[in-house]
Amino acid sequence: MGPQTADRDGDVVLTARNVAKSYGNIHALKGVNFDIRAGRVTTLFGENGAGKSTLMKVLSGVVGPTSGTIELRGEPVVFASSSEARDRGISIIHQELSLAPNLSVRDNIFMGREITGPAGIDYAEETRQAAALMAELEEEIDPATPVEDLRLGQRQIIEIARALSVDSRILIMDEPTSALSASEVEVLFKVIRDLTARGVAIVYISHHLEEALEITDFAVVLRDGAMTAKADRADIDLEWIVRNMVGEGYDLGSPPAGYPFGGVALSVRDVSVADKSGHGAMVVDGLSLDVRAGEIVCIYGLMGAGRTELLECVFGKVAKVAGEVWLEGREISRLSIAERIANGLALVPEDRQRDGLVQTMSVGENLSLASIGAFVRGLLLSRPAERAVIDSSIRAVTVKTSGPSAAIGSLSGGNQQKVVIGKMLGTHPRVIMLDEPSRGIDIGAKAEVFRILAERARAGLAVVFSTSEVSECLSIAHRVVVMSRGRISAEFGRDADHTVTKEQIMAASGEAVAA
Amino acid sequence: MTQASPSLDRARPEAKGAGFDIGRVLLEGRAYFALIAIVVVFSALSPYYLSVSNFLTMSSHVALFGILAIGMLLVILNGGIDLSVGSTLGLSGVVAGALMQGVSIGALGVVAYPPVWVVAVLCCLLGAAIGLVNGVLVARFKVPAFVATLGVMYMVRGVALLMTNGLTYNNLGGQPALGNTGFDWLGFNRIAGVPIGILVLVVIAVVGSLLLTRTPFGRWLYASGGNERAAELSGVPVKPVQVAVYMMSGVCAAVAGLILSSQLTSAGPTAGTTYELTAIAAVVIGGAALTGGRGNVRGTLLGAFVIGFLSDGLVIIGISSYWQTVFTGAVIVLAVLLNAVQYRGRAKRPAAAGGRTPSPRPAA
Repeated sequence: MGPQTADRDGDVVLTARNVAKSYGNIHALKGVNFDIRAGRVTTLFGENGAGKSTLMKVLSGVVGPTSGTIELRGEPVVFASSSEARDRGISIIHQELSLAPNLSVRDNIFMGREITGPAGIDYAEETRQAAALMAELEEEIDPATPVEDLRLGQRQIIEIARALSVDSRILIMDEPTSALSASEVEVLFKVIRDLTARGVAIVYISHHLEEALEITDFAVVLRDGAMTAKADRADIDLEWIVRNMVGEGYDLGSPPAGYPFGGVALSVRDVSVADKSGHGAMVVDGLSLDVRAGEIVCIYGLMGAGRTELLECVFGKVAKVAGEVWLEGREISRLSIAERIANGLALVPEDRQRDGLVQTMSVGENLSLASIGAFVRGLLLSRPAERAVIDSSIRAVTVKTSGPSAAIGSLSGGNQQKVVIGKMLGTHPRVIMLDEPSRGIDIGAKAEVFRILAERARAGLAVVFSTSEVSECLSIAHRVVVMSRGRISAEFGRDADHTVTKEQIMAASGEAVAA
Repeated sequence: MTQASPSLDRARPEAKGAGFDIGRVLLEGRAYFALIAIVVVFSALSPYYLSVSNFLTMSSHVALFGILAIGMLLVILNGGIDLSVGSTLGLSGVVAGALMQGVSIGALGVVAYPPVWVVAVLCCLLGAAIGLVNGVLVARFKVPAFVATLGVMYMVRGVALLMTNGLTYNNLGGQPALGNTGFDWLGFNRIAGVPIGILVLVVIAVVGSLLLTRTPFGRWLYASGGNERAAELSGVPVKPVQVAVYMMSGVCAAVAGLILSSQLTSAGPTAGTTYELTAIAAVVIGGAALTGGRGNVRGTLLGAFVIGFLSDGLVIIGISSYWQTVFTGAVIVLAVLLNAVQYRGRAKRPAAAGGRTPSPRPAA
């Protein structure tokens, strides 16, 4: 592993030496060593629970290490709080942005450290500085704009501006692209490159491996709290990362074969869904799609392509302005969500915290929520019957839990997702739609989810899942449908003679293909 | 799942030391301990406190708030709040009073005297109707529950005042000749020595408890209070559930109104003013979360008893009613404080949950 990128090496600004962090008996970090260099992007790779977030919290002063030291430009430092770290030039941008949507861009940038003059806050000076920051970041945003009027990508830029306003030399970004569209990601990457050109050190964390590879200079891989590998960008590829993250060869499966598809289970005909803003724009624009029993269809598309709206419309969560939805030969447009479920339709929503789980209920109660009718005896719920339903769900989707009465929050992301899937499979659907089922879950759980779906498809279930990761399209799907701007822009079969490449899929989605 | 203390320990790895388990028990059972402490302290301070007859008297005071609080619990579990129950209680009494005086029908000059059970049913329907208005405002028109029920609170109180012109019905006894006697049964009669009010509370508590723990409706209520979006996507009829809880709360208030006017043998338009706040306090002391999804009938009953036994105890030992107000307020603040501690503890749990699942396979 030669230092081919030596010319880009900056000085080491932050060093983690044998950093370990334990919570009680849980060893979240076990002696991590690495350097963060000025003017370079260092990416932390790792599955959920590998210790990425803990490491970031330690680096940014949110928590202190149990043992080991953090060195800032060679000097050991101890941060009492994240604001102390910020004063030393280390800023963190969390996945959930910490902006006040009701306040203006200017007020957000200077929140907590307002510039004051003799007459209170010096708004003119703040506005001037905010405008200068926006110009620096080449974003045409008026500092007086309320943050709630900005797109998510722009809000991210505001967070970055806030970090720059305190002259941060080290910027830690946690999953900054998870909710951005491709064009917004491009803007963000451009900003990151500008920052590194000015000598700012970036620590980058993302589940989106392909994207992270595009921007990173240096990769650090964590597994189970320990660092398993680190290397320069020039020496690594996607497989190297995955191999080190998972520790073994990974396989998202292949399309289940050797059985005939049944009849058309779900038929979407010329469906249009209006944009929420009500300007007459269509997020789903006259789209038609047929899915047959036993078939697995993957809908690939970027953020904003209309995937979520399409699935939610089919499920009855959002209204459509035109078109028909047929479920096993029956027009279901007039049915309520509950009736659609009763007729064999199921949706696993994209955001499982917001739309999938009831945090105040136990694992078991979450699992049985959609199929309560199955264990009502007379007027009352039958506990034994419910227990049977829950147990079979836990087995069916292999949820790792201490028991049905465990708090839902005690499960890992992957297991929570399996609970949502198990809940919907418990309604015995004929068609199941999953919106980004792999979002925020690790590769092991991802493979398991796909295995469960493939198994069900073999038994005759029609499966539709959406994704924004190309590698997932090439897993279990029999057919890949690419969505772009509310329409189907391409369709690829996965028969033996149809070899689809990632590049073809990405090109059809309108995504710029990185060389 | 029978969980002994070792497994509780496992569920809280961040717990430090052995003293924590006691703290946890005290925290989770705080309403019980508060009630026991109240009984012990007042029994020591007054020889009259600890007696069956005093307990029955105090319990029938509690019954009123307990019934209101169970209705309120349903609304709070849904993530709402019902400020109109005090007014509904008042109007229910007034309407009962008016019906007992006889209803003139049209221009015929005929005056109808409905029997007491008809009066009771009509009052309950009235409570349900007021709840329906609340529920439709909240569920259908998306008016925040606080504002919707605040408005209804004023309107209902206003109607009660209009009906009586601010005066009080004193003649609720009915006449044997008219066949409408027996209104005092609710307030004065006893079955096996137990006042009817308490028995009504017990029935409502048992029904409410069954409703919450053993019926689909209860599960729907907990789910839609915990996460309305997830509940809706799981096929839960969230809007009907929402309307229903306000209707049930209205019925509970109407029942309480009947009991109160029967106990007082009079029905005034200002009865039940600020009772909604006592009911909310009972629910909160009982450990329910105002954000919805957490709480149960047992806790709410305990909360009602804590408030009732505390204020009656203060009366018995002769402390001024001004001090009672201060004490009650302090208890509420303390309860909310402890709720915050308890739920914060729960929220922390997932962070460190990764590696300790006792399942044979390693956790993901």
